[in-house]
Amino acid sequence: MEAIVADSPKGGAWSGGGSQPFGSSYGKMMMWFFIMSDALTFSGFLGAYGLIRFKFLDSWPIADEVFTHIPFVHGDYPMYYVAFMTFILIFSSVTMVLAVDAGKHMQKGKVIVYMGLTIIGGLIFLGSQAWEWKTFIAGTYGAVQLEDGKIVQFVNGSGQQVSLESFASHTPTDRVQHKKENGLWFVSEASVPAVTLQQVKEGFAQNSDISLKTELINLETKEKTIVSREEANKFLDKATRVVQGANLTENEYGKTLFADFFFFITGFHGFHVFSGILINIIIFFNVIIGTYERRGHYEMVEKVGLYWHFVDLVWVFVFTFFYLI
Amino acid sequence: MSHAKSHTALIWKVFAFLSLVTIVEVFLGIVKPAALNLTQVLGTSILNWIFLILTLVKAYGIAWYFMHLKDEKTWFRRAIVWPVVFLIGYLAFFLLYEGDALGIIVQEWTSWSYS
Repeated sequence: MEAIVADSPKGGAWSGGGSQPFGSSYGKMMMWFFIMSDALTFSGFLGAYGLIRFKFLDSWPIADEVFTHIPFVHGDYPMYYVAFMTFILIFSSVTMVLAVDAGKHMQKGKVIVYMGLTIIGGLIFLGSQAWEWKTFIAGTYGAVQLEDGKIVQFVNGSGQQVSLESFASHTPTDRVQHKKENGLWFVSEASVPAVTLQQVKEGFAQNSDISLKTELINLETKEKTIVSREEANKFLDKATRVVQGANLTENEYGKTLFADFFFFITGFHGFHVFSGILINIIIFFNVIIGTYERRGHYEMVEKVGLYWHFVDLVWVFVFTFFYLI
Repeated sequence: MSHAKSHTALIWKVFAFLSLVTIVEVFLGIVKPAALNLTQVLGTSILNWIFLILTLVKAYGIAWYFMHLKDEKTWFRRAIVWPVVFLIGYLAFFLLYEGDALGIIVQEWTSWSYS
C-alpha cells in the first residue's frame, strides 16, 4: 500500500489510482470540510446569542452605547474603531488571495511579500481586539446593580450619561479591600472600588439634576428609558453594589450575558485569528526556504488561505450581530 | 487549479466592492435613519434586514471569489454550500423562534417599577 502523502495533488492520500473526486486534492477537500464544521460551531454560538438577545429584546445593551472609544481620542465615537478592524481583516484577506494567486504562477518573491503583509494585518487585528477588550473591561461611566440583577446608569438633565465619580459624595468610608482572609474565602477583589454605593446614593440625593437610566428599551424610539427622580429613588433602594467595567460576572452596560457572549464569541474568533497567524508564519517560512518551489506547486498556501478567508468570513458575521444589529 | 490566468484585477474589484458594502453598513450603523430603524417588517426593523442582507452579500463575495468556490466543480461547491446553508437556517430558525417565545414569558414576569 502506498504511503499517505497528503501534499500530493496526484492521488496519494486518495489511496492510489490518481483519481481526484471533484477535481480537488485530499488536503484541500479536508480543509473545506473542516471549515464547514467550524462554520456550524460558530453558528451555534451566534445562534445562542440570538436566542438570548430575542429573550431580552426589551432590555439588551445598545452596542452604540457600549463600544464608543477610539485609541488616543476622547469622546463618543461609536462604530469607527470596529470598522477599522473590519477593514484590516478584509485587506489581509486580499493580500492572502494575492499570495495564492502569485503561488499559482510560481512567483516565490510575490508570495513572500503578500504572506508577510497578511501576517502583519492579522497582528494588527489581534492587537486591536486586545485593545477593544481592555476598554470594555475597564468600563466608562460605572453603574449600580440592583438586587434582582438589573443595571441602572446615571444621566444628567440632558440625558447624557455621567460617571459615578462625577457626582458621588466624598464622605469618608471605612470600606476595605475584600481579600480571601478577611471575607468569604472564595471571593476577593483586586482593589477597593473608587466609589462606594453609599457615596453614590448620597451624591444622587445632593444633585437634583441627575436621574436614572434603566435597561428597559422603549421599542418605539429604540432608546433606554430614563425614569423620574421619584421613581429613581425607589430603584436605588434596591441597589446592592457598584459595577465598574465588564467581565464574566458583571457588566456596567447592562446584561451580564452580553459581556459573556461578547468575550466568548470574539475570544473564540480571536483565537482562530491567532492560530491562523501561527499557521501563516509556518507556511511563510516554508515559502522562504523554498519548500513549495521544490514541491512544484503552492497548494499549501491556498489551503491556509482558505482558513484565513474563513476567519474573515466569521468576522463579517460577528461584526454584524454584535455591532450593527 | 492549473490554468495560469491571473485574477489580480478581479481580486481588487472584489475588494473595492466589499469595502463599499462595509462603508455603507458603517454609515447606516452610525446615522441609523429613523425611517429604517423604527419601521418593523417581519419581526425586526428594516435597518436590521438591510444589515443582514449586506452581510450575506459580503459572505458570498468572500466565499465565491476569495475562497475560489466559483472555480470549484459545481457539485463540490454544492456539497459545501448546501449543507451549511440548510443546517444554519434550520438552527437559526428554531433558536430565534424559541428565544422569541422565552422573551414573551420573561417580559411578562419582569417588573420595571418598584414600590
